[in-house]
Amino acid sequence: MRRMANGMGTTVARAVVGVLLAIGMTTQAFALQAPAGQEGFVPLDQLPPADQLPAAPLLVTAYAFIWVAVFFYVWTLWRRLGRVERDLAALGRRAPERGRGR
Amino acid sequence: MFLKTALLVLRKDLAIESRSFEILATTLFFAVGCVLVFAFALVKEGQAPPDAAAAILWIALLFAGTLALGRTFERERYGETIRALLLAPAPRPALYVGKLLGVLCLLALTELVLVPLIALLFAAPLFARLGLMLPLLALGTIGFAAVGTLFAAMLMRTRTRDVLLPVLLYPITIPVIIAGVRGTAALLASPPDEPTAIMWLGILLCFDVVFVTLSLWTFEPLMTE
Amino acid sequence: MRKLFVPLTVVTAAMFAYAPVLIAHAAYESTMGLVQKIFYFHVPAWWAMFSGVGICGGASLVYLFKGRPKADALAASAAEVAVLFGLMGLVTGPLWGRKAWGVWWQWDAKLTIALLLELTFVAYLLVRRYGGPGSDKLAAAVGIFGTAVAPFVYEAVNIWRTIHPKTSVVPTLPPGMAGTFWFCVLAFMLLFTLLLTARVQLEYRRVALDELYLRDEDDER
Repeated sequence: MRRMANGMGTTVARAVVGVLLAIGMTTQAFALQAPAGQEGFVPLDQLPPADQLPAAPLLVTAYAFIWVAVFFYVWTLWRRLGRVERDLAALGRRAPERGRGR
Repeated sequence: MFLKTALLVLRKDLAIESRSFEILATTLFFAVGCVLVFAFALVKEGQAPPDAAAAILWIALLFAGTLALGRTFERERYGETIRALLLAPAPRPALYVGKLLGVLCLLALTELVLVPLIALLFAAPLFARLGLMLPLLALGTIGFAAVGTLFAAMLMRTRTRDVLLPVLLYPITIPVIIAGVRGTAALLASPPDEPTAIMWLGILLCFDVVFVTLSLWTFEPLMTE
Repeated sequence: MRKLFVPLTVVTAAMFAYAPVLIAHAAYESTMGLVQKIFYFHVPAWWAMFSGVGICGGASLVYLFKGRPKADALAASAAEVAVLFGLMGLVTGPLWGRKAWGVWWQWDAKLTIALLLELTFVAYLLVRRYGGPGSDKLAAAVGIFGTAVAPFVYEAVNIWRTIHPKTSVVPTLPPGMAGTFWFCVLAFMLLFTLLLTARVQLEYRRVALDELYLRDEDDER
């Protein structure tokens, strides 16, 4: 638990979020390019290209929402964790003879 | 012992209620008011949409029931009698059953007024298949009241109990509403669709068995600190 | 689990990075076309949500009857993560349905139960937040009842009406789609586990803080 406290509260947490953000940016670019990657597969019916277009914004919105939701949640987790860690540290400082709670 | 306790609790509730009929009268009038609101909202050129009668019956019951539940336990909370009840050397589930029976009596009386009223206002042949209509109403009311009594009891000490009760209760009692409305609508169709109604009756029975058991089981741990 | 957390995060991030590539090259579904590709994130999101619901229900049961505080922490965390993944499902579903069925919403079994479970567990979170003292037990009851009612709603609405693809579509996925699908399922399940673990750790920390505050108050008197 204490190892976790030291790890999560500082560099590892930031590294994790940083990695996720970086990956997220690049894959967004990837996903936006995705509709072009249809070559090599023959669909059962030849759909006219005009039919595909209205779908792309829906697809992109769907994936974008998932990414945004995950990052938002991770951000709220990190913020709440920061707040709790700060309060724990403050309590620890106020009564050093008591030591840490857990 | 169990049954005696439950019946004692029921008698207590009925005795208190019979002094002023406060909860019964106000619940009844609220239900009637509900039906009127729906009538004005839905009736167009003198005709209600199909299956409106079934829907209105169950919705009015749901709303009136939620209010009645809230007020029954408000009375307990106000008089601080719940602590006395919990301190009594009686099995806790019996207390739950006693309160449940009280709520069921209240709702049964409400239905006694609602069903003829709706049959009248919407020209709905609700009395055509009483043999199936009565079990449908009974099982539906039991299902709703079982979960409602538990939630109302456990919310008694919560500050936001008035709004939390419907918020928690409605999602859980959706199967009762679906089965009740669909079953009633099947019976109101011409000709009455009895196999469908019986199927919905079966679903209600399963729901009741599962949720009365679950409520009995969880009442004790929920009511202790 | 502690030691695995960081490696698993990296693996999950890598999987999510690779997923769009896989999805772009997955077999093109002829009837629904491009928009069907939402399926690869939509279905795993729901599976993650149902896992969360199941875990919350089970943990609530344990907490109510055994009183273990760790079960309470797990239940609260599972509910929150379930609501998150449910929201993903509820947003991607209509986006897909708009193109595939022509309407944003249909009252069929899967959609209704999904919405209902989402509402029930949002109610769980509301009770935890606004329920005041003793709200942990109330929330546990909501969790148990919410999970228990799911099969009933599913059956009831199923009989009532259904437009959703039948459940059997997953076992009969063509090989061009199956690989990508299970890859995405694994990625989502890993993400779910990671988020749940992080949230549980936060909850433990929060509970420890509350206990410290209480002890602080008692000592001051």
